[in-house]
Amino acid sequence: MTDHPQKRPSQLLRNLTAKAASVPMILTAVVVFVGGTVWTIIHSFTSSKLLPRLNFVGLEQYERLWATPRWLVAIKNLAIYGALSLTFSLVIGFMLAALMDQKIRFENTFRTIFLYPFALSFIVTGLVWQWILNPSFGIQGVVRSLGWTSFNFDPLYNADIVIYGLLIAGLWQGTGLVMCLMLAGLRGIDEEIWKAARLDGIPVWKTYLFIVIPMMRPVLITTLVIISSGIVRVYDLVVAQTSGGPGISSEVPAKYVYDYMFLAQNLGQGFAASTMMLITIIVVVVPWAYLQFGRQRRG
Amino acid sequence: MADTPSLEAAASRIPAVLRQLAGPRGPRPRPALSRRNILLYGTLIVLALYYLLPLYVMVVTSLKGMPEIRLGNIFSPPVEITFEPWVKAWSTACTGLNCDGLSRGFWNSVRITVPSVVLSIAIASVNGYALANWRFKGANVFFTILIVGSFIPYQVMIYPLVIILREIGLYGSLWGLVIVHSIFGMPILTLLFRNYFTSIPEELFRAARVDGAGFWGIYFKIMMPMSLPIFVVAVIIQTTGIWNDFLFGVIYTKPASYPMTVQLNNIVNSSQGVKEYNVNMAATILTGVVPLFVYFASGKLFVRGIAAGAVKG
Repeated sequence: MTDHPQKRPSQLLRNLTAKAASVPMILTAVVVFVGGTVWTIIHSFTSSKLLPRLNFVGLEQYERLWATPRWLVAIKNLAIYGALSLTFSLVIGFMLAALMDQKIRFENTFRTIFLYPFALSFIVTGLVWQWILNPSFGIQGVVRSLGWTSFNFDPLYNADIVIYGLLIAGLWQGTGLVMCLMLAGLRGIDEEIWKAARLDGIPVWKTYLFIVIPMMRPVLITTLVIISSGIVRVYDLVVAQTSGGPGISSEVPAKYVYDYMFLAQNLGQGFAASTMMLITIIVVVVPWAYLQFGRQRRG
Repeated sequence: MADTPSLEAAASRIPAVLRQLAGPRGPRPRPALSRRNILLYGTLIVLALYYLLPLYVMVVTSLKGMPEIRLGNIFSPPVEITFEPWVKAWSTACTGLNCDGLSRGFWNSVRITVPSVVLSIAIASVNGYALANWRFKGANVFFTILIVGSFIPYQVMIYPLVIILREIGLYGSLWGLVIVHSIFGMPILTLLFRNYFTSIPEELFRAARVDGAGFWGIYFKIMMPMSLPIFVVAVIIQTTGIWNDFLFGVIYTKPASYPMTVQLNNIVNSSQGVKEYNVNMAATILTGVVPLFVYFASGKLFVRGIAAGAVKG
């Protein structure tokens, strides 16, 4: 291509169709993503109630937020659910992938079975597990009717363990995805490495633990980020399975935001809570982005 | 000199060596019922049963009558099969004052999903095409914002969007929700299309340019026909994603046009009346049927779709 600087039409008019066609993208990026985020953060410093207003009150909303028991429960739940969900989905997902990677027959059938819950919504997931964990008719009832009458397992009605009820459902829904990602990672590892390890007489579990897993670092980190950004958003599952109950024992931040914005009509609280969610995400994503893209640039 | 045991060992290997020389080479095929296989397939089957259990419980419960549910356990197959819960869930189950069943939610979801899938894919594919072939100054800045923005929790952008939609008069309408789905589907789809279009040989694009084709000509006559697989993947991602959405449905529509997930939750978790577990489970299956159908029909493409959706950036 040759350049004719003196004849070139104005910069703005070049590629005009492409620019016009990109207007939705530009609007989304600038108005919704940047604009919306800035707008919410600004309004989190105001005393907006029913309508957003710009009467600034400094950090008052945040002080109130961190003094609200419901928010503290929500944060605690998010931390417990997040840590357990992260650990278990990585472990279970990896073990499933390792099993699937043994050159088994019917691999497609097994993959289809492990992954199908992922196609279902959190609402469906939550409602099914609400039914399975029903104390009178579900697992507890069945075990008791078999003769073990003192058997106790009613996570959805026990504030102390309700979070594990959510965890069971969440893991059922999400481990298939982790398995698929891990399997892709395992398949990406050179066959020669396995041969070499076998030749050296290294046991299989050791090969996995000390050779394969460290080699899968990129996949692991990506999976980690995907799971965690999903965890922070957890909302539908709680709404369907427990509605935040019993009491407020299974509240999560996303539900707090929704309830304050659209039910309690206390917008300022909602904005402050959602800004805290954003900060949580930043804490997770920024180090990852730095590692991922910082290395690429250097490499 | 070798001592006796090792001599014996060597002698005992002779038949094996002879066999090797005479017979076929390569590792001995594993017997089908080796310990390793029993352990491996046993574990896999037990796990598979665990993953299938909820589906089984849903189906079984939905086919029982209420008296049988109160008596038996949730895992036992129905003694007397009845389809009444299904009929009731579909046509007469109540949410609030409406007693026309889930069918209303189903058709709402169809009316939301179809235009959302079409619009979001149309916008994102054109975005991806512009980013891959018609790069203009600043395009990558907007793209980066889009990708980074996909990590922002929806809760941060929910309310500003309410205001925007209210200003343009679409808040509470179906089209408002369609726009919201197109906006939040844009990052991942744009990435998907951009990466795919970049992999199409540049020469094709140049040749078309020389022949005088413009932006839209190349898009419709070359890029689109060449990228059918990626369009299918995008349709799969969007159909399941939008059908399964709950948050946007509950925020941006009115009760009369609630999507199926929202209506399902309202039916099952309503506090009034006697709980009809069989109807609830029938309703739950009905809501899950569409994404499950997409999943089973698309097979490996679904896996490709989530892999593409998962590996952001």
